[in-house]
Amino acid sequence: MQRPVKLDCRGVWKIYGPDPRRFLDRHGGAPSESDFEGSGMIGAVRDADVRIHEGEIFVIMGLSGSGKSTLVRCLSRLIEPTAGAINFEGRDLLGISPRELIDLRRKKMGMVFQHFALLPHLTVLENAAFPLEVQGVARRTREDRAREMIDLVGLSGREDYYPRQLSGGQQQRVGIARSLVAEPDLWFLDEPFSALDPLIRREMQDEFMRLQSMLRKTIVFITHDFDEAIRLADRIAVMKDGAIVQTATPEQLVLNPATDYVQEFTRHIPRAKVTRLSTIMSPGVPEGDYAGEVAGTLIVADAVRTLDADPRPFRVLDDSGAPVGTVDVAAAIDVMLGREAR
Amino acid sequence: MKPAWFGGLFRGSRPFWLGLFAITWALSTWSFQLYKALDARWIIRFPASLTVPVDQWISAFMAWLVEDATFGLFTFRDLTRFVSAVIEAPYDLVRALLIDGFALGQGQQAVEVAPSLSWIAVIAIIAALAWYAKNRALAMLAAVCFAYLAVFGQWASAMVTLASVLIAVPIGVAGGLALGIVSYRHPWFERMLRPLLDLMQTVPVFAYLVPILFLFGFGPVSALVATVIYAMPPMVRVSTVALHSVPEDVIEAGRMMGCKRRQLLWKVLVPTAMPSLMVGVNQVIMLSLNMVIIASMIGAGGLGYDVLTALRRLDIGGGIEAGLAIVVMAIALDRVSQAFAVRKVRARPDPALPFHQRHPLFASVAALTAATTALGVFIPGFRLYPEQLTITTGPFWTETMEWINVNFFDTLEAIKTALLTWLLLPVKRFFTGIPWAWGIIAIALAAGRTGGWKLALMAALMTLFIAANGLWAKAMITVYLITVSVLIASAIGIPLGIWAGQNARANTVIGAMIDTLQTLPSFVYLIPVVMLFRVGDFSAMIAVVLYALAPAVRYAAHGIRSIEPEVIEAGRVSGCTERQLLMRIKLPLAAPSLLLGLNQTIMLAISMLVITALVGTRDLGQEVYIALTKANTGQGIVAGLSVAFIAIISDRILTALARASQQRLGVGQ
Ligand SMILES: Nc1ncnc2c1ncn2[C@@H]1O[C@H](COP(=O)(O)OP(=O)(O)OP(=O)(O)O)[C@@H](O)[C@H]1O
Ligand SMILES: [Mg+2]
Repeated sequence: MQRPVKLDCRGVWKIYGPDPRRFLDRHGGAPSESDFEGSGMIGAVRDADVRIHEGEIFVIMGLSGSGKSTLVRCLSRLIEPTAGAINFEGRDLLGISPRELIDLRRKKMGMVFQHFALLPHLTVLENAAFPLEVQGVARRTREDRAREMIDLVGLSGREDYYPRQLSGGQQQRVGIARSLVAEPDLWFLDEPFSALDPLIRREMQDEFMRLQSMLRKTIVFITHDFDEAIRLADRIAVMKDGAIVQTATPEQLVLNPATDYVQEFTRHIPRAKVTRLSTIMSPGVPEGDYAGEVAGTLIVADAVRTLDADPRPFRVLDDSGAPVGTVDVAAAIDVMLGREAR
Repeated sequence: MKPAWFGGLFRGSRPFWLGLFAITWALSTWSFQLYKALDARWIIRFPASLTVPVDQWISAFMAWLVEDATFGLFTFRDLTRFVSAVIEAPYDLVRALLIDGFALGQGQQAVEVAPSLSWIAVIAIIAALAWYAKNRALAMLAAVCFAYLAVFGQWASAMVTLASVLIAVPIGVAGGLALGIVSYRHPWFERMLRPLLDLMQTVPVFAYLVPILFLFGFGPVSALVATVIYAMPPMVRVSTVALHSVPEDVIEAGRMMGCKRRQLLWKVLVPTAMPSLMVGVNQVIMLSLNMVIIASMIGAGGLGYDVLTALRRLDIGGGIEAGLAIVVMAIALDRVSQAFAVRKVRARPDPALPFHQRHPLFASVAALTAATTALGVFIPGFRLYPEQLTITTGPFWTETMEWINVNFFDTLEAIKTALLTWLLLPVKRFFTGIPWAWGIIAIALAAGRTGGWKLALMAALMTLFIAANGLWAKAMITVYLITVSVLIASAIGIPLGIWAGQNARANTVIGAMIDTLQTLPSFVYLIPVVMLFRVGDFSAMIAVVLYALAPAVRYAAHGIRSIEPEVIEAGRVSGCTERQLLMRIKLPLAAPSLLLGLNQTIMLAISMLVITALVGTRDLGQEVYIALTKANTGQGIVAGLSVAFIAIISDRILTALARASQQRLGVGQ
C-alpha cells in the first residue's frame, strides 16, 4: 500500500570549500568528521538519503546550521550537490539540461521561502501571477489564475497592495499563492512560518493543513521547530551536522528515538500528542459490547474525549475500515499520564 | 601632539612613526646645506640625465593614433568621427528642442521650421516631474528654481547646460548599468574593472580633458565624452553593489519559477535593485552637472562658460549670478532625482477611464506645452522670457563685494597673513624641502608598515614615477596644499560631525548644510573665495576646504551614531563624565569611521585641487592646466597620473589603517 516514490535522493553530499570534489575523492567518497576537522571544508550535507512518496508531507527538521536549507536546495537543484543521485519521477534530476530544468520548475515545482522573497515592485496580484508571466501566459488568463490563488489563501481584496503594505503572515500567504499558481506537483517549503510570531504561525499551520487537504501535493517542508514538524508531518527526517540521523513517523521518533540526539529533541513532546490508537490498542476484536468505532490513525490526545464519553471500549479500524483491535479510555489516560501500559 | 584616541591607532609602533617623522624633518630642513656640503646637486633635484620622457612617448603615441592608426576596415580617425556623430545628433536635437529651435539650411539661410519649447513649458515639465516623483511641495521648489533661471536672465545658458546633462546622463546610466551587470555576472570582469575605476575616479578631470580634446577637438562632443567618462564609474559601482544586494532568496524564487537568464535579470534582479540603482542615477546627474561646468573649458558653453569668463574678467557680479544659476539648477535636479529614488509606487488608475482622466498630470502638461510653444511662434514673450522683465543682481553683488573689501579688508588680510605664516608656509617648507630620494624611502616605509611589502613596493614605484618625470617639486606643493586643506577641513568638520552625531537638532541643521554644499558643482566654490582673497594658495586652500568638508562631517557623525547604545550606557554607569564618554568611549570606537572620512576628505581635496589651478597654484594641477591650454597630451596625462598616484597611495595607506583599527575593535567592514 506504499504510494509511489516521487523524489528519490541517494548519497547526496554538499561540501563547501576549495575543490570539494577532490576532497571527497581523497577520502574515498565518504570523509569522516575527523577528515573535515582542520581541512577548511564544510560538510553542509553529508550522505543524505531521502525518499519522498507521492502525496505525503515530508518534514526535514534540525537545528540552525544543520544543513536543511542546503539539502532542500540540492533537491530542487538550486545548488549542485557535490556527489549523489537525485531522481524526480524516475528522471535523473542532476543529468537534465538547463532547459529541461527550467521547464521542470515551471510545470512541476513550487517553493516557499523563509523570508517570503516577494518582488517589491509588483503588487500582490502581479507577484502571484509572476510564474505564469515568465512562462508567457496571457495577462487575462494568468491574472484570473492568480486571483483564484489569492482567494484560496484568503487575501481577496488586497490584490493591488504592494508587499510592504502587508503583514508578515499576509506576505507569506502571497508567497504560498505564488508557489501554487502554476499547479506544481512537488511543493518545497523552507521554514515558511519561522519568521512569523507564534500565534500567526499556528494560524498559518492550520491554513496549510486546510490547503493540503484540498490539494494533496507532495510536500517537502523544512522547519527547526519540532512541534511544527509533529503537527504537520507524515514522516520526519532529523538532521544533525549535515547528516540525516533518523527518518520516521512522528510517533516512531518519540517512541523509538534512534540516537540520544533525537531523544533529546523529543523528550518534551507529550506522548499523547504523537501516539496513535493503533499503537495502544489491544489487537484482536473479541465479540462484546462496544461503544463505537474509531480510526487507528487518530492521535491519542485528539481521541481521548471521544473515548471518555463512554465507559465501554471502542473498536479500532485500520486504513481500509476493517476492525483490528480494541481500545478504552483507561489505555488513553495511561499514555496521557506517561504511565507504562498495564 | 596627537590626541590620545588617535595614538591608539599606532599602538606599539609609535617609535617607528616618530622616528620616521624626525628623520624626514631633519633631512627636509638641512637638505640645502647637505647639497652644498657634499656638492651633490642630485640630493635636491632629480638628475636630468635620468628623467624618463614618458610625456613625449605618450604624445608621440597619441599623434600616431590620430594620424596613422587603422583597424583594417577603418582608421582610428573614422572611429572618433563616428563617435562624434553618434553623440552630436541627439545633442543637437535636444538643444534645438530646448533653446535653438529646429532649422533647415545652413548659416544665414537657415529657416526655422519649428520653435523651441516655451520657457513656460519647460518649467511646467520639470514641475510635473517633481510632482510625479513626490508631491506638490517639490513641484513648487523645482518650478521656483527654474523660474529663477528665466527671471534672472540665465535661461539660454542654463538650457545649453541642461541639454548636455540630458545627453550625458542616459549614456552614463546605460553604460554604467551594462558594465555593472557584466561585473555582477563575471567576478573576473569586476576584478579587472575595479582598479580601472579607482584610477578613473582619482585621475583629475583635467588630465583626460587633454587627450579627449586631442581626439575630438574643441566643442560640445569633447565635453560630453569627458562628462560621460567622469560620471559613469559611480554608476558601475552602484549597479554592481545593488545587484549583489538583491536577497539570495528572491533570486532563488525567480529560478524556482523557471526564469530564464534574461527574465531573471530584467524581471527580478533589476526591478528589485531599482531603488539603489536610482541612487546611482542621481549621482550620475550630479557628476554630469559638475563636469559639464568644468568641460565648458573645452567647448561645452552654457553656465560654466559664463562663470569661467566672469572669473577671467574678475566680473564679480556676473560670476556670482551664473554661479547661483548653477546652484539653483543643481538643487532642482538633485532633489527631483532623489525623489525618484524613493518614490512610492501608487495604485494603478482604473483602466476603464479615458486616457486624460487616468493621467491628468501628463495630459495637462502636454496641453500646456503645445499651447505655449505654439503661442511662442507669434508672441516672443512666450518663447523666451521677455528681456525687459529680467532682473539682474550683478551690480548688487559687485557692490556687496566692494563693500566687504572696503570695510573688512584689514580683518580678512590679517586672517590670511596669520594662516599663511603660521600654517601654510611652514608646511610648505617642510614638504618642498624633502629630498626626493628620501621621499621615496619614507613613503615606502610608511606603506610597508601599514599595508605590507606589496603596498610598499607599489608606493615606491609610483613615487619614483613622479620623481623620474621631473615633477617632484610640484608634487610636493600638491601634497602640502592637500595636507593643509585636509587639516583645516578635519578641524572644522570632525567637531561638527561629532556634534551632529550626538544632537538630533544639530544634525538636521548641519545635515541640510552639508547636503547643499555637496550639491554644488566644485567650480562654484571658487567664485566667492577669489572675490574675497584674490588668487593664490590661500584662496585655493579655502575653496578646497569648503568642498572637502562634507565627508569629514558625515563620517564623524556616522561613527558616533553607530556606536552601540549599550556601550555608552555601560560607560555612564561606570561614572564617566560627558567629556570622558566622548574621549574614552565614543572617539576610540568611532576611529575607523573617522579614518574613512579622512580618506574621503583627502580624495575630494585632491580632485578639487586640480580645479584650483585656475586660481594660480603652482602644483600638479597647474601642470595639467598648462597641458590643457597647450593641448599637450603627454604632459597632461603624466601630470594627471602623478595626481592619481598620490591619491592612490594615500587611499591605500588610510584604508589599511582603518581596517586594522576595525579589526582591533572587532567590528565588521
Ligand atoms: N555558500 C556557503 N558557503 C559555505 N558554507 C555554507 C554555504 N551555505 C551554507 N553553508 C554552511 O552549511 C551549513 C548548513 O547551512 P544551511 O543553511 O543548510 O543550514 P540550515 O539548517 O538551513 O540552518 P537555518 O535553520 O539557520 O536556516 C552551515 O554550517 C553553513 O555555514
Ligand atoms: Mg535554512
